[in-house]
Amino acid sequence: MSDAAVQKPARTAQLPGLSALGPLLALILLVVLGAFLNDNFLSQGNITNVLARSAFIGMIAVGMTFVITSGGLDLSVGSMAAFVAGVMILAMNALLPAMGVGVPLILAGMAVALVVGLLAGLANGLLVTQARIEPFIVTLGTMGIFRSLITWLADGGTISLDFAVRQLYRPVYYSGLFGIAWPILVFAVVAIAGQIAMRHTRFGRYCEAIGSNDKVARYSAVGVDGVRLMTYVLLGLLVGLATIMYVPRLGSASGSTGTLWELEAIAAVIIGGTALKGGYGRVWGTVVGVLILSLIDNILILADLVSPYLNGTIQGVIIVLAVVLQRGKSSA
Amino acid sequence: MAAAPMLELREVRKSFGPIEILHGIDFALHPGEVHALIGENGAGKSTIMKILGGFLPPTSGQVLLEGRPVPYASGAQAEAVGVVVIHQEFNLAADLKVSENVWLGRELGRVFLDHRAMRAGTQALLDQLDSTISPDARIRDLPVSDRQMVEIAKALSRKARVLIMDEPSAVLTHKEVEVLFRQIDRLRAQGVAILYTSHRLEEVTRLADRLTVLRDGAVVRRALRGELTEDGMATAMVGRDLQDIYPARRHPMGEIALDVRGFSVPPLVQDISFTLRRGEVLGISGLVGSGRTELAEGLVGLRPAAGQVFRNGASVHIRSVREAAAHGMAYLTEDRKEHGLLLDKTLRENLTLSTLPRFGSPFISAAREETALTEAIRDFDIRAPRRDMAVGNLSGGNQQKLLLAKTMLSSPEVVIIDEPTRGIDVGTKSQIYAFIDALAAEGRSVIVISSDMPEILGLSDRVLVMRQGRVAGELDGERICEKAVVRLVMGTAEEPAYV
Repeated sequence: MSDAAVQKPARTAQLPGLSALGPLLALILLVVLGAFLNDNFLSQGNITNVLARSAFIGMIAVGMTFVITSGGLDLSVGSMAAFVAGVMILAMNALLPAMGVGVPLILAGMAVALVVGLLAGLANGLLVTQARIEPFIVTLGTMGIFRSLITWLADGGTISLDFAVRQLYRPVYYSGLFGIAWPILVFAVVAIAGQIAMRHTRFGRYCEAIGSNDKVARYSAVGVDGVRLMTYVLLGLLVGLATIMYVPRLGSASGSTGTLWELEAIAAVIIGGTALKGGYGRVWGTVVGVLILSLIDNILILADLVSPYLNGTIQGVIIVLAVVLQRGKSSA
Repeated sequence: MAAAPMLELREVRKSFGPIEILHGIDFALHPGEVHALIGENGAGKSTIMKILGGFLPPTSGQVLLEGRPVPYASGAQAEAVGVVVIHQEFNLAADLKVSENVWLGRELGRVFLDHRAMRAGTQALLDQLDSTISPDARIRDLPVSDRQMVEIAKALSRKARVLIMDEPSAVLTHKEVEVLFRQIDRLRAQGVAILYTSHRLEEVTRLADRLTVLRDGAVVRRALRGELTEDGMATAMVGRDLQDIYPARRHPMGEIALDVRGFSVPPLVQDISFTLRRGEVLGISGLVGSGRTELAEGLVGLRPAAGQVFRNGASVHIRSVREAAAHGMAYLTEDRKEHGLLLDKTLRENLTLSTLPRFGSPFISAAREETALTEAIRDFDIRAPRRDMAVGNLSGGNQQKLLLAKTMLSSPEVVIIDEPTRGIDVGTKSQIYAFIDALAAEGRSVIVISSDMPEILGLSDRVLVMRQGRVAGELDGERICEKAVVRLVMGTAEEPAYV
């Protein structure tokens, strides 16, 4: 009995190294498959398109990684993005007469987006840490609230950014630096900063400790509520940032903006190897997860092999597979 | 008594790994008798109960039911033949109703549940117990004493022939204990064989027809009703020389480092006052549930508390572990698996968790953490096969050493150590005692909370005994002796006459 207990850990200790590479291998496999199926797949245009579309979900998913790692969950991010987008556009339209079309107006809009995102995240975080309500319930509630608020603000239709402002704002999505689109650059910065924060700062370490066992964290002088609150605020800010990059793409927001983003973000986090029950987070894995999800979409459209309508089926299978693999690891 | 034993252990030995816990136990429960099993914590009582109840197989020896080897290999199978254990941690589903719990696993009715019959059956059982609990109440909403009653009702519904009760009175009020005793008397009259354990010796005197005293995994005394006084029981339970695993104490003591006055941690702990000097080891003794841990957790800000605390003469108000650390106080939890260590994390992450700001800001220096771990492994003799292993895979002793190393990283001046050696082998114990002694020698103040009597006696310069949330007494110098502590812990009588 004691022999088995001694041998087991040695085996499980080696496993994570291999299984951590699983999502990366899947990503490489997808790239090879894509290149094989369609010559255009590796063209700069297509790669830029895939990455830029991934960027919104990606930034949100990086924030979601911290929330989930510390044992929380946020279902409200998709609705929150729509709400932030709506408020941002309304604010810019309202400020237009006073400020005129110009960079200051765009900057003011961005500030509004970040502040609204921060406040929305703060609301979620306070409800979780102060009112002590389950994160699932809190964010299920705020998901409905944000969604209904944007629909109400848009009066059931669409909120559109003033045409002149839109023309000025467009390059934030469509142009870039050194041939790389802005959303991709911003996403890259967010991902790298997130990876460093998770691995090399107290905040990341505390997130893992709280997700692993919040009682131990409390007994170890960790400010559990403060760290939890911070994860939701950070996620809210990143939703604001994602919205800043998203609004110039279409220049409008409606009741259907950001639909199901929350599920895509959560799926990316899980596929990337972050434990859904918390305690272990891997930001680079989340990035890989986001890329896997968008590549599946892209390949299906390009390859004409399977109907793109089956996109959701394939994504669903991958999510379930990722969790099954995770469970196999933890119960070994 | 002439009746043949109902359930019997013969020459039973039990080992966990290389360590033998029970050394050849002979023990028998007779129909229509209450047999009390007493002994200090760790004497082997619960292991015996688990073997009798089918939860553990003996390593060698026989378990006989009515003279034949027992036909069960699990608690559930044992219940099916009428051997029922009432555990200290209740086996009740908190969200189900009383009647649903009573019939759990043996529900009445074929396709659909026969709610009416189960409810009526439960009502009848509760009436038998003179209990006013509603069969429809949720377990969650019941006080602990009522849950105990439900457990007993459940045992009755299983037509128990053998009832094994693990400290049933520990959670009951005086009045409820009386009801419990009447039920035990009634069951005895019906011919049920009953095993009863309790730390309250007066209950043993009142109930037991037969008595077995256990010490260090062996039977040291058997007696029939009236043969042994409570004092005699305590002596038999204790009767052990302190081994020299304890360090030679007596360090010069300095000024008062901690002064606690009228300290309360609601709802249990009331009006505690004591002082602690530099270089002193204060032992806190008392039963589990006497408020020792709550007191400690209140002092370091883990629980809301009221009262005055002075550190080095200055009044302090500590509301969190972080504030406690700022005032040079640290608490080492009794529950290292649930409150002390992140079992799925590595040694390094655990070691530095409570002092992370010292390891670099904004970025944690992994190199500095590794250095700290190397020092901790050396200073505390932590034996880990791999540095990067999950601490859940370490032995209990090494986990405890790591927890000690983690606590000491903040270099606290006042260290409260709760059950320093629970579940730890003797070799590691003496190491931990040496660490504690070294802390005092360095001029730090140490509070040791322990249920292990020899440990309290071997380590403490002074002993504070708690009972039901209050200070039952304080002993120092020559007055520290096992009998005196046991008396205060049990609340048996006034302090004995000392020689």
